[in-house]
Amino acid sequence: MSAGTRTAPLPAGPAAGATPGLGRDAPRRSLFGRNALTALVFLIPALVVFGVFSWWPIVRGLLISFQQTNLIDPATWVGLENFRALFADPLLGTAIANTLLFVGLALLIGFPAPLVLAVVLSTVRRSAGVYRFLVYLPVVVPPVVAILLWKWFYDPGHGLFNGLLGLVGLGPYLWLDSPDTAMVSLVLQSTWAGMGGAVLIYLAAIVGVPSELYEAAQMDGASIWTRVWHITLPQLRPVIGLLLLMQLINTMQVFTEPYVFTGGGPENATLTVLLLIFRYAFQDGAYGQAAALSFLLAIILGLLSAVYLRATRSWSAA
Amino acid sequence: MSLISHVEERRPAVRAGLRSIQGLTLAFLVLIGLGPLYMTVKGAMSPSTDLISRPLDLWPADPRPENFATAWADLGIGHYLLNTLQVVGGSWAVQLVVAVTAGFALSVLRPRFGRYVYGAILATMFVPYTVSMTSLFLTVIDLGLVDSYWSIWLPSGAYAFNVLLAKRFFDALPPELFAAARVDGANTWQLLTRIVLPMSRPILAVISLLAVMHSWKDFIWPLVAITDPEKQPISVALASLAVQAPQDELIAAMAMALAPPVLVFLVFQKHIVAGLGFTGIKG
Repeated sequence: MSAGTRTAPLPAGPAAGATPGLGRDAPRRSLFGRNALTALVFLIPALVVFGVFSWWPIVRGLLISFQQTNLIDPATWVGLENFRALFADPLLGTAIANTLLFVGLALLIGFPAPLVLAVVLSTVRRSAGVYRFLVYLPVVVPPVVAILLWKWFYDPGHGLFNGLLGLVGLGPYLWLDSPDTAMVSLVLQSTWAGMGGAVLIYLAAIVGVPSELYEAAQMDGASIWTRVWHITLPQLRPVIGLLLLMQLINTMQVFTEPYVFTGGGPENATLTVLLLIFRYAFQDGAYGQAAALSFLLAIILGLLSAVYLRATRSWSAA
Repeated sequence: MSLISHVEERRPAVRAGLRSIQGLTLAFLVLIGLGPLYMTVKGAMSPSTDLISRPLDLWPADPRPENFATAWADLGIGHYLLNTLQVVGGSWAVQLVVAVTAGFALSVLRPRFGRYVYGAILATMFVPYTVSMTSLFLTVIDLGLVDSYWSIWLPSGAYAFNVLLAKRFFDALPPELFAAARVDGANTWQLLTRIVLPMSRPILAVISLLAVMHSWKDFIWPLVAITDPEKQPISVALASLAVQAPQDELIAAMAMALAPPVLVFLVFQKHIVAGLGFTGIKG
């Protein structure tokens, strides 16, 4: 900002000459747009930060995926070698399958829950704040703390969950220690941690449902359940679609849960794509291979984001 | 009216059904919202032997509040929390500066090339930073920023959604004000600091909220960029402490790590919930 302080006064002269636009409903460009240099000065922080830490890494990631690079020698072009090595890795298939499993389970377990909660919460008139506070509370717990906490709950021998289930004669379950249940355990925690945000978004959308619709339906004798099914849910369809995409984009990048919970185990049952990228890059030093896999992931996420942004635009325009 | 009308709500059958569903939901929310936090505090005060032999006890028979002091001293929790504060504070400042200056330039100054810059900024929303993490790391190495907090602060500023929020908000400010200020002889800098910023408190609050929440919760990038254990933020430090620290101390450490965000949320609850509503879709 200090740079702006010094250079900003300069354009005051020329720009002031543009004031005739005043009074008419002139576009703002006629007032201040004359001096592109001022605007450029104000854009410096964004240009530097986006240029160095976003645009360049994106381009460079693309380049590196076709290069052999370590931190000492200059990078050399290797064509598709990184992709060949990537596809030769038997863990790639495992990681993709696991990531899809996480995405699918998170949809199955985690997607309907916030919607149901939001509909119930929208009927609460007194002390609605308490409900909102409680539902959002898990979201503010830092992810690593939350995961370590659940890891303790999942402990097969002395954990809370097996203890509670034992009271009703269930278990004991191995949770994170078995390849069969590890992924479900991750999804349960991740659903708990992420649900609050979705509930608040649904709640905001439910408030926006026109009340005439409910009144008309009630006059026609529609039951509460019919109203939920035929009015609330269809009205929420755009938001539901957006949250679905947002969840897909987020869950495909799952990393912290498998990293902290299981390290990708047992028997690679929770090895996800991002965790594999992390291993390639920061454990094996195979930056090219990591970039190649990132490139593939980026294509999928980019497509999803494009759909998401289109949907947001048409939704906010509607 | 909303889903259920007031008249309807007075009917005994509807009322009973509604009350019981709401009651069950409240019980469920208490269980999943407060339950884990309560268990953390309980676990933090329990001796290690209790954690193993009596996981279901609601309160330790022999509570040990001194666990907190032990964890604070042995595991260096205060030090790591301070690191997190630095990470969060710097990220917040960088994000605010970038969003405000860029939003101001693109919305108020409107240079002809502005749309291309805006387009290029928005385009980054298609590529989450996790997929360019490898090359971001190499860039950070080239710049010699590894183990410096700048390696977290600066990339955090490259967050397109902040710029979008700022620009949209500035777009809605009345242009007559800018013209009037200009007539009164304000230069561009004064236009920003005296006219635009004082009117933009709500959006500054929302960007600040998102910035603080994101950087407090971020894990993967600090894990990559800060290799010096002395400089790690609390979340990264906890993940490695979890392997070696005694269970009761670790739980006490976790309780101390989650206390600040939970307390902040408790105090600013209304604003936070409203702020999230403001941003619409992005949490």
